[in-house]
Amino acid sequence: MTHPLLSIQGVTKAYPGVVANDTVSFDIQPGEVHALLGENGAGKSTLVKMIYGLVKPDAGRMELHAAPYEPASPHAARNSGIAMVFQHFSLFEALNVAENVALGMEDPPPMATLAERIREVSETYGLPLDPARLVGDLSAGERQRVEIIRCLLQDPNLLIMDEPTSVLTPQEVDILFETLKKLSAEGTAILYISHKLEEIRTLCDAATVLRLGKVVGACNPREKSARELAEMMVGQLLHTPDKGAKETGDVALAVKDLSVASQNPFGTALKDISFEVRRGEVLGIGGVAGNGQDDLLAALSGEMITPAETVRLGHQPVGALGPNDRRRLGILCAPEERLGHAAAPDMSLTENALLTGAIRESLSKNGFLDWARTRGFAETIIEKFDVRTPGPTHAARSLSGGNLQKFVIGREILQRPEVLVVNQPTWGVDAAAAASIRQALLDLATDGAAIIVISQDLDELMEVADRFAALNEGRLSEPRPTQGLTIDEIGLMMGGAHGMEVAHVA
Amino acid sequence: MIRLEKRPEPSQNWALATPVLAVLATMVAGGIMFALLGKDPVEAIRTIFWDPLFHPDFAAFSRPQLLVKAGPLILIAIGLSLGFRAGVWNIGAEGQYIIGALCGAGVGLAFYPLEAFWIFPMMVIAGALGGWAWAMIPGILKTRFNTNEILVSLLLVYVAEQLMASMAVGLLRNPEGSGFPGSRNLQQYASAANNELIAGTGMHWGVVAALIAVIFAYILLNRHIMGFNIRLAGQAPRAAKFSGVKPARLILFCLGVSGALAGMAGLFEVAGPAGQITIDFNVGYGFTAIIVAFLGRLHPVGILLAGLLMALTYIGGELAQFMLGLPAAAIQAFQGMLLFFLLAGDVLTNFRIRLGRAEVA
Repeated sequence: MTHPLLSIQGVTKAYPGVVANDTVSFDIQPGEVHALLGENGAGKSTLVKMIYGLVKPDAGRMELHAAPYEPASPHAARNSGIAMVFQHFSLFEALNVAENVALGMEDPPPMATLAERIREVSETYGLPLDPARLVGDLSAGERQRVEIIRCLLQDPNLLIMDEPTSVLTPQEVDILFETLKKLSAEGTAILYISHKLEEIRTLCDAATVLRLGKVVGACNPREKSARELAEMMVGQLLHTPDKGAKETGDVALAVKDLSVASQNPFGTALKDISFEVRRGEVLGIGGVAGNGQDDLLAALSGEMITPAETVRLGHQPVGALGPNDRRRLGILCAPEERLGHAAAPDMSLTENALLTGAIRESLSKNGFLDWARTRGFAETIIEKFDVRTPGPTHAARSLSGGNLQKFVIGREILQRPEVLVVNQPTWGVDAAAAASIRQALLDLATDGAAIIVISQDLDELMEVADRFAALNEGRLSEPRPTQGLTIDEIGLMMGGAHGMEVAHVA
Repeated sequence: MIRLEKRPEPSQNWALATPVLAVLATMVAGGIMFALLGKDPVEAIRTIFWDPLFHPDFAAFSRPQLLVKAGPLILIAIGLSLGFRAGVWNIGAEGQYIIGALCGAGVGLAFYPLEAFWIFPMMVIAGALGGWAWAMIPGILKTRFNTNEILVSLLLVYVAEQLMASMAVGLLRNPEGSGFPGSRNLQQYASAANNELIAGTGMHWGVVAALIAVIFAYILLNRHIMGFNIRLAGQAPRAAKFSGVKPARLILFCLGVSGALAGMAGLFEVAGPAGQITIDFNVGYGFTAIIVAFLGRLHPVGILLAGLLMALTYIGGELAQFMLGLPAAAIQAFQGMLLFFLLAGDVLTNFRIRLGRAEVA
């Protein structure tokens, strides 16, 4: 009888107010690619942290090779042959690839030997990577390769990957999948966490579905449709936003020859960006993270000032105006980072409503604030956008990510923008809330506003956008109608495999 | 095992309770320290907190001192608190206080011996402008050249002290002072004197100004967009920029207001309780005000109370030195404990303590 590689038996972990994992059980076989599916907050991360020794379970047991497995720390987990690639990389941009890998090792060999081993592993598994390059110069896909190689150097039995494709172009995803398939063929099991269902159907041999901390199903994902998987995850029928029939009007916002240096030293400068958005139209801007998205939003919101003529609202040059002047004219924005950028974490929702609403909602008179009116505005946002909170006096940081996102998007939409720019509008938001946010964006466009959606979620962009363009190293591709656009074409617009020749897996 | 767990929201109850608890804990810990020094702890605590206000022999002298000492502390701390809330760290209020006193006294002395009602108001304005200008040096250096305002404002204190010493023995020296360093005594120049307004209370124009500043700061922070921007910039600088706050303008505003208030405090002091510019005119109000600002949670009403409490420990501390022979260092340690316990208590506003059992492996 063969033992499973890792057996999870009745594992439970509770945090104050929430049971993150409730008697979760499943097995991972050697060499299997096992998917862990679930919405945000379903308990995937907690489960994985327990396997990786970051969190201890309250109850239940784990067995590795049929022996009890109780990792006290990630160090212990690594010694047991379990490695993990996190969604957010922990790399030093000012160091090169080999130095970064060495930092993660207990007892690093001399730099030259290490570089040789990195080259060796990268060739064996089709992960092109030059050990001497500075991490700051690498694309997100290449940085991920650094993390993967760091793990592979430990010869793991089980490799945990948390949302690995969220930062990759379709071509890079293909390279990654080849690597994972090769690893699995050699006997390394992979625990693959994602909510991208098509990927899971292509890659995985088995799937465990979590909802609200409990296992609600196990299946072979190849035998299910993406829709069936999604419904297992969400536990309800999904509502697809409908694009109403719409007519596009005059050009609302025009950007012409926008070139500007980045606000931070490892950011990407914007280069010669030109595009137009019409009233009633949704322009989707895709691209892998770190290709200038934040700076593009800053240039549109007025946080970054550019020559007046580079940004026009209708015929009026606005490039030299600050955020409040642009708001007065009708350009509103919702940045990606909710806590600390779009909202002040320790301030109440009422105060956060004031943060961008002061001008268009007339919340102040001669500089004096009208708190009653501001509170009313916050209450309207909470009600219209179904923000789950006991009331507007609560601090922004007490809301879940999805609820705060609804608040932030709702705050801008309710101010009746002429042009709305959103960056990652549904990042970290559960499926139901994401659908309602997308619907709200489409409704706003139907009412005649021009909308720019910057996102790394291609499915989302295909769902809401009329035209699609991609940011790649600070350049924007020519926008093209989304209808009829193939995934290959999109991948090429996003920069293909980032200039790297696709390595052939031996 | 004791663990700290972050609260989802700051606790209002703890925010109000910690200052009271901090005072009580200071009394206990201070009492222990006094006992170790061989003094009766209860008597020492009573001498510090009770006798200055109610002792039959000393109260008549020490009670007015409470407002005399608290006035400048509150006035300076209110200005500093605005900057501290915005993340603008003016550590040089002592220097702005000195320059304010020099400018104000200089204007008054320039008109000596003319008697006119407008001389004192002019001195107040000159004092405020002096403090403002001294604070603009770190302000402009920061906004133009991105220098660190903490260092620049702090080092300018020592420049101000040297300037004052040179003034006391040079330009502003009393021509009739038989060669002693120090200016004419403004108390003896009716048009320039900042006299006690109600006899026996210690209330002078500086105290009035401090109370007005408390009210203005309260309205600014709670009812005005500028106050909102100050709080926003301190808590979430990126969100402030997104909201349209111009950082440079905010920095200049905060430094300017705190400088002007410190300058006014200096003028009220030199024209009132101190009377003249001397080499050692400043006694550290500008630095103590930093403690007052934090003790009062950067809240105007809190600062009002903290200023009074701090003044009380000063007067009581002097009394304890004099009556019980406690060393001055023990009094300073006692005041330090107060800030220590307050900051330690602050943790409870944002975190709760959990007596966690060892986790099941």
